[in-house]
Amino acid sequence: MPASHTAEHASHDLRHHFADMEQQKETATLGMWLFLVTEVMFFGGMFCAYLLYRLDYYTAWVAGSERMNIYLGTTNTAVLICSSLTMVLAVHFAKLGNRKATAIFLILTIVLGLGFLGIKAVEYHEHWVNHEVPGPNFHFEAPKPGASLQYSPKNVEIFFSLYFAMTGLHAIHMIIGVGLLTWLLVRNARGDFSPYYNSPVEMTGLYWHFVDVVWIYLFPLLYLIRHK
Amino acid sequence: MASAAITQDEKTNYLNADYGIKSWLLTTDHKRIALLYLISITMFFFLGGFFAMLIRLELLTPAGDLVTSDTYNKLFTMHGIVMVFLFLIPAVPTVLGNFLVPMMIGAKDLAFPKLNLASWYVYMLGGGWVLYAIITGGVDTGWTFYTPYSTTFSNTNVVAAAVGIFIAGFSSIFTGINFIVTIHRMRAPGLTWRRLPLFIWSNYATSVIMVLGTPVLAITLLLVAAERLFHLGIFNAQLGGDPLLFQHLFWFYSHPAVYIMILPGMGVISEVVTCFSRKRVFGYDFVALASICIAVLGFLVWAHHMFVAGISVYAAMVFSLLTFFVAIPSAVKVFNWIATMYQGSISFETPMLYAFGFIGLFTMGGMTGLFLGSLGIDVHVHDTYFVVAHFHYVMVGGMVMAYMCGLHFWWPKITGKMYPEGWAKLSALLTFVGFNLTFFPQFILGYMGMPRRYHAYPPEFQVLNVLSTAGASVLAVGYVLPMIYFVWSLRYGQDAGPNPWRAAGLEWMTSSPPPTSNFETTPVVTWEAYNYDEIDKQQEVPVAS
Repeated sequence: MPASHTAEHASHDLRHHFADMEQQKETATLGMWLFLVTEVMFFGGMFCAYLLYRLDYYTAWVAGSERMNIYLGTTNTAVLICSSLTMVLAVHFAKLGNRKATAIFLILTIVLGLGFLGIKAVEYHEHWVNHEVPGPNFHFEAPKPGASLQYSPKNVEIFFSLYFAMTGLHAIHMIIGVGLLTWLLVRNARGDFSPYYNSPVEMTGLYWHFVDVVWIYLFPLLYLIRHK
Repeated sequence: MASAAITQDEKTNYLNADYGIKSWLLTTDHKRIALLYLISITMFFFLGGFFAMLIRLELLTPAGDLVTSDTYNKLFTMHGIVMVFLFLIPAVPTVLGNFLVPMMIGAKDLAFPKLNLASWYVYMLGGGWVLYAIITGGVDTGWTFYTPYSTTFSNTNVVAAAVGIFIAGFSSIFTGINFIVTIHRMRAPGLTWRRLPLFIWSNYATSVIMVLGTPVLAITLLLVAAERLFHLGIFNAQLGGDPLLFQHLFWFYSHPAVYIMILPGMGVISEVVTCFSRKRVFGYDFVALASICIAVLGFLVWAHHMFVAGISVYAAMVFSLLTFFVAIPSAVKVFNWIATMYQGSISFETPMLYAFGFIGLFTMGGMTGLFLGSLGIDVHVHDTYFVVAHFHYVMVGGMVMAYMCGLHFWWPKITGKMYPEGWAKLSALLTFVGFNLTFFPQFILGYMGMPRRYHAYPPEFQVLNVLSTAGASVLAVGYVLPMIYFVWSLRYGQDAGPNPWRAAGLEWMTSSPPPTSNFETTPVVTWEAYNYDEIDKQQEVPVAS
């Protein structure tokens, strides 16, 4: 590509208050990582609550966890990991300036993200039908006397409260992510991205991976507690 | 050619570069956004002050005769919520910080100008929710939203207030991210970390707390709202939920939030004390590092709010010890300001008067904080007016003094006009006298055992309460007066010129008010911070010739 073309790209994409593209890129990256730090703290508050109550009411945690649909949960984990792969490929092709491949992988990521949300909705519906949603209609059988696992159904309601709070907040992040990906798709079609300017794709990628990582922690903590 | 450029520069500045409401509401200029914040924060300050006046009027007489106890609960809650979340936390960073951080480091703007504008809209949206909560009957939980009262028993509009604070929190987070990235990546050539003004260091430390702390408050209030709306049972004691968990999560943010309020104020004081002592700050490295130390230690002391709430004695002892540690960097700052003044050429302009007020009142507020950090005394004075007096000495005597100090110091830069010095000195004096009259009696009241948050009290406490209410009236005059003469100065004030205080710092090296891009050319820094010796020498030479 001729040098003049490079310069033209750079001047067009450079915001007025930066000295050069490198500074602009570094700034965006640092800002995004800082935002992810705030997200860690945001989810951290709930992980803290989870830890405290799990230590206090371990048996109720086991009883609650056994009601999770482990097949759907595992499928969803796989879906999300695949979406991380398609996301990273979208970033890769955006950097190469391949608009068509970028669009394909963005669409795939959106489809996988929506798939995750759909499966999650099925799970929520199961919990709803089984009276496992906290509130006046929550109902959980007390353990029979002499059963190997003794717990208080009230404590299980705390487990489900945290389950819905944590996965619900995660789902909201997924919805925002799908929104961002759609916005990227429009900008990509408009031809906004080039090898010189592709920060939005990369930053959305960072966000998407972060949301995936949250799920990687949520899945074992909520689904995989089993009675020894 | 050069002279033409200079006259052009004098005529066009960020205030007259563009006109119309749209040019303000859609601006991405950090200086204009600072002014948007200034106006909205001032409104919330007077709203919070209005609640305070009603509280003080009720406490004029021992009987609860002005308002019912329910209304009184709402008054102190709304006073706390508005003042803490909509004034104290954002005030210095979003008004002075927004205006000064890019200018002090020689940048054209903050790293993310659109995010900066978004933060103001988010702040206004959060403020709007809080206003909605007030209009629909107010909230009576206290600004701390303690569970299970807030989740289970209060029949007021807790959700609206919590949502408002949740939203306003994001404005803090945006500002924090913006400042950190700007300070890391946008500094002018030659402006190394150790040449940065101390105002930048303190805003950096503040931003770290904002970024790490605010999300925890956000999730905590979100869970409280979800508990009320969706019947989740996370803090619900009936299910085995732990109300102490709420207090831990709440104070994990809300104690460091105290340092969000005071640290930028300390930065202001460092700038002002050096300028009006005509001396480089004593122990620059220590003052800078003290900010960082306060930010770090501030995260490790939250449970000293919970000594009588049922935490273990062992935990209480650890938190008590850590609380004492915070006094060290705070004292470093106070001693270094005083050492800066030692043998300096001190002059007594208004900002310096406010700075004197800050140092004295902050010292008293900080020292009484150590009383409260001691386990035995805390049991005696917990939830009494002693606590109220302590944190008002830090928040009002410290932070608000520093905010007024900074507003006076940089007003000539922000508007290009001088305020009337005589009136300003009077307001500084009124604030200091009114403040002490309001809050010193409360130390005595608290020590004698008057509990906070009651609208009636035994008659023997009346004399001190009358003093306090009288002081609050003086204080109110001290706050309204600057409002009047600041507005007056916009039209009738003398032109300030680029540097009326002969101050060091990049922000003084451009015209007042500054041009939209701050500097004609990006400055290259070859000198240390606060080089007052050199500045005064340079100015003596032309006078001699």
